[in-house]
Amino acid sequence: MTETARKTAPLLRNVKFDVERVRTDFPILAKPMRGKPLVFLDSAASAQKPQAVIDAVSRTYEQDYANVHRAVYELSDRATALYEGARKKVARYINARSEREVIYVRGTTEAINLVAQSWGRANLKAGDEILITGMEHHSNIVPWQMLRDTLGVKLVVAPIDLNGDLIMDEFRKRLSSRTRLVAFAHVSNALGTVNPVEELVALAHKAGALALVDGAQGIPHFRVDVQALGCDFYAFSGHKLYGPTGTGALWGREELLNAMPPWQGGGDMIRSVTFEKTEYNDLPYKFEAGTPAIADAIGLGAAVDYLEALPWDVVEAHEAEVLAYGAELMRAIPGVKLIGESKRKAGVLSFVIDGIHPHDIGTVLDSEGIAVRTGHHCAQPVMDFFGIPATARASLGLYTNRADMEALARGVHKVKEFFHV
Amino acid sequence: MSDLRELYQEVILDHSRHPRNFGKCPTCNRDAKGHNPLCGDRITVELDLEGDTIKDVHFQGQGCAISVASASLMTEMVKGKSVAEAKKLFDQFHTLVTGGEADGADLDKLEVLAGVRDYPVRVKCATLAWHTLAAALEGNHIQVATE
Repeated sequence: MTETARKTAPLLRNVKFDVERVRTDFPILAKPMRGKPLVFLDSAASAQKPQAVIDAVSRTYEQDYANVHRAVYELSDRATALYEGARKKVARYINARSEREVIYVRGTTEAINLVAQSWGRANLKAGDEILITGMEHHSNIVPWQMLRDTLGVKLVVAPIDLNGDLIMDEFRKRLSSRTRLVAFAHVSNALGTVNPVEELVALAHKAGALALVDGAQGIPHFRVDVQALGCDFYAFSGHKLYGPTGTGALWGREELLNAMPPWQGGGDMIRSVTFEKTEYNDLPYKFEAGTPAIADAIGLGAAVDYLEALPWDVVEAHEAEVLAYGAELMRAIPGVKLIGESKRKAGVLSFVIDGIHPHDIGTVLDSEGIAVRTGHHCAQPVMDFFGIPATARASLGLYTNRADMEALARGVHKVKEFFHV
Repeated sequence: MSDLRELYQEVILDHSRHPRNFGKCPTCNRDAKGHNPLCGDRITVELDLEGDTIKDVHFQGQGCAISVASASLMTEMVKGKSVAEAKKLFDQFHTLVTGGEADGADLDKLEVLAGVRDYPVRVKCATLAWHTLAAALEGNHIQVATE
């Protein structure tokens, strides 16, 4: 953290995490829903935004907006400085070695596709293997299947157990000299399982493979230090990190990114173009063709400022405590079964109720002002593994409090009464 | 909660818990499978189609209360009807649940699903069985997906 950030940090530092005060930073949480107080439990799909982020985006359009890069007028200079300043903030937040290692993307999905299409196409051949886990989101499955179908690489899946944990022995067994990349979720979006990132990365490297971490559900719940994790790529979405939609980053080690070919061609990613030959730009611009999401990236910078000022050790403890409390309340309700009972979980309470379809659970909870997501959560293989079509998923953010968990439990009781179960 | 009762009328809850014409149909000669990827619902509709008449109809599968009840009510309504009558009923039903002005003369007990019109995301739940029926009327072993 820089000196400036330290000075502007709110009074929360060195005190108990004040979740009620944090909630006042998120204006939408005070809006009633279906005539009731909103109980927002869908942060894993997209998190709500603090006023600081909303203001940063508005202020950009009101005062500082023009297209970035290559203009001689002041307004564009200002927009460029803010836009690139946000990249520096992100780089600092995840402890990247330099902002050249931070590629702006639309979100985790685009980040993983970038690695697949750029690094994958340049480095993989038929017979090479990509190892993923049985708990991956579709966005960490399908990009690799597309490579399988075009290059003939093999997609290998390390299974999970009934608690929702990766089976480490099975993971180890599937690593070999043919493994070129290991790609796995930091935290499972459907189950909440926290994977042992450092251990998996070390195993991947020992086998001579690179390691990509899908951080979509990781970075919202933990302070991430990409150098400490040891991975080669870390992908995440800005909108799950309390920032605007259409933002996110692919972090990669500079030497890897330097050696990778561009994947989309166009403006901004070039140094010079003739009809005969194009010289590509340097990092990170090589991977950023076209006009980017300027105000949104500046908003992501504001989100990172907001988060950096929080006492993260206390935030993590608070989130873990609220999640454990919610799980305890849910387990106490007859007929409710939690899907995903890993000992290390973050942010997610996936559940089913005997005799009631998740969609019906979601509709009744909605009538109580409680927003949960129902369905397969873009993780159909996880649903298949547990032999269920869908779950109801309550997911938590740093603003989630014990009262939200109590409202959820009361809501689930109402669901059961309503359907006479 | 009172709005919810509009959606989940007792008839719907009853049909979802005790679906009619549910299970395998030994005499049927047509089937189609339907899938709603949004909620994971899967349904198989089987028909005993004799000439132009739906002599018998059964369904199997799993789904939310709305989709199971809708399938159950559908089987009761189309049994004994001609193919043209069943297709016309589907049109009327679709109009009913999407909030249009239904010429409801033939809808009868299907009217209990009218509350779906206030829940646009649930329309596909209510119509999955009907889309699957329409597929079975078109040909054998067809698979359809909503969304």
